[in-house]
Amino acid sequence: MSVMTATPPAAIRRSALLRLTISELKLLLRERIRIFFGIGFPLILLIIFGSIPSFNRPSTTFGGYTTLDIYIPVLIAFSLALLSLTALPMALAGYRERGVLRRLQTTPAGATRVLAAQLLVNLAMATASVIVILAVARIGYHVFLPRQLGGFIVAALLTAAALMAVGLLIAALAPSGRVAQITGALLFYPMMFFAGLWLPLASMPSGLRHFSHATPLGAAVQALQDASAGHWPHPLQLVTLAAYAVVLGLAAARLFRWE
Amino acid sequence: MPAVIDVQQLHKRYRDTVAVEDVSFTVEPGEIFGILGPNGTGKTTTVECIEGLRTPDGGQIRVLGLDPRRDRAELTQRLGVQLQDSQLPDRLQVGEALELYSSFYRNPADWRALMELLGLEDKRKTRFGKLSGGQQQRLSIALALVGSPQVAVLDELTTGLDPQARRDTWDLIEGVRARGVTIVLVTHFMEEAERLCDRVALIDAGRVVVVDTPAGLAERAEAGQRIQFRPSVPFDDGLLTDLPDVTDVIHRGDVVVVTGNDNALNAVTSVLARHQIVARQLRVEQASLEDAFIALTGKHADAGQLYTADNSTGRN
Repeated sequence: MSVMTATPPAAIRRSALLRLTISELKLLLRERIRIFFGIGFPLILLIIFGSIPSFNRPSTTFGGYTTLDIYIPVLIAFSLALLSLTALPMALAGYRERGVLRRLQTTPAGATRVLAAQLLVNLAMATASVIVILAVARIGYHVFLPRQLGGFIVAALLTAAALMAVGLLIAALAPSGRVAQITGALLFYPMMFFAGLWLPLASMPSGLRHFSHATPLGAAVQALQDASAGHWPHPLQLVTLAAYAVVLGLAAARLFRWE
Repeated sequence: MPAVIDVQQLHKRYRDTVAVEDVSFTVEPGEIFGILGPNGTGKTTTVECIEGLRTPDGGQIRVLGLDPRRDRAELTQRLGVQLQDSQLPDRLQVGEALELYSSFYRNPADWRALMELLGLEDKRKTRFGKLSGGQQQRLSIALALVGSPQVAVLDELTTGLDPQARRDTWDLIEGVRARGVTIVLVTHFMEEAERLCDRVALIDAGRVVVVDTPAGLAERAEAGQRIQFRPSVPFDDGLLTDLPDVTDVIHRGDVVVVTGNDNALNAVTSVLARHQIVARQLRVEQASLEDAFIALTGKHADAGQLYTADNSTGRN
């Protein structure tokens, strides 16, 4: 009937993604708990760490850097992991459970677009979180901004990609939003251990450190710490992150169930 | 004019369960076509194949001349869908949902007018999660219509609505049809089918039993009366089945259900009295489309369970 309509389909699809992203962003902003988890929680940890006097003294263990310097990349990884491993899969599996995805499947927008919108919103939130952490650390606790900014941005983006791929895989496999949330939380703590949350990477025995570097968060923190200190991250860590993003992302795409 | 929907020998199984055995029917332009049957007989699976949500294992489906799987992009523009229990995000407001969904279509309806038509204008800023069941249902109907579809498929339209809301919804659907939209209505409410549908396909165990007008169906069934009671002492069914006015006698636990013509009640009570059997908790019902269904499918023995059981296979 409407072969003659003015709006070409491609434009409709673009505008559908844009509208869905705006809509998801609004929904996110209404969900204070997600904002708290993504931004508030890491910020509180930063303030606690920042208030410990010994954390602000340069340490020989860390090559003249303060403990706080070492912890900023860990907190950034913490924030990205919290968003990608718990909030993202919970939202997506919840959408599937409640038939939101199925409903969208019957419209020209399709359900893939709402996944894309979720990823974009998550990325926006992650970006906001990283900026807030860096800004508060700089202003409140005199931590230097990353000295190799380009390398830091590349490392942060690859970290976000790798973690979101893990989150997507959880969402693909979990039968419900609840299970997705629990799975994410169960993965979060061991992964954060290898990121050096409790024991900094630099203080780990070398065998453990090598193993850490093979995990997404271990590789992420090492790359972010290197960039913060002014070096370009080691290609091995960047490749590790990229490999997680690609392999797990593809697996999630293959295994994702719409209902 | 060609049929709006043409389903031929549709077959669909889930692993080793056959959901749809063999379903064929056509839906003509401008009609309200009912797909009627007990739960778990393949109604929803049939419409999900029409909507392109599922791939049939056999048979042919054309909707507006399109293949629901291959021509998905075009079909979604022209087919409005209301799904059985699918929801929106809890925090999405009514107005936002309508505006969002209208942005998906190339010729959207005026969503504000639609919101008013469905009596949701004072709920515009209300979040989906705070709506009542009836309001959620109305929003779901509005979303099915927001793309100005030529065909709307509505699955279990009034399930969960109170009687008043149900009647309001029926009026609304008649209004939608009056605007030239062809409607496919999936229901297990006989009353709904009687009230709304031009034609009805009775589906049972994955097959179309019959396609007819609601009146035609009731006529075919000639179901008459149904009499239920709990006899004080057991008796031989032959007492009743021998009566010319009685067509059928079945037992549900210790309840006896007798079907027959309009004289059956008289005949049954006199026979019982003669044998000094007291009919406790006696109930008499006029036949409805529901009885027509039972009569036409020949499923008496487990008819009671037909309307309550199922959903064992998840989606049906």
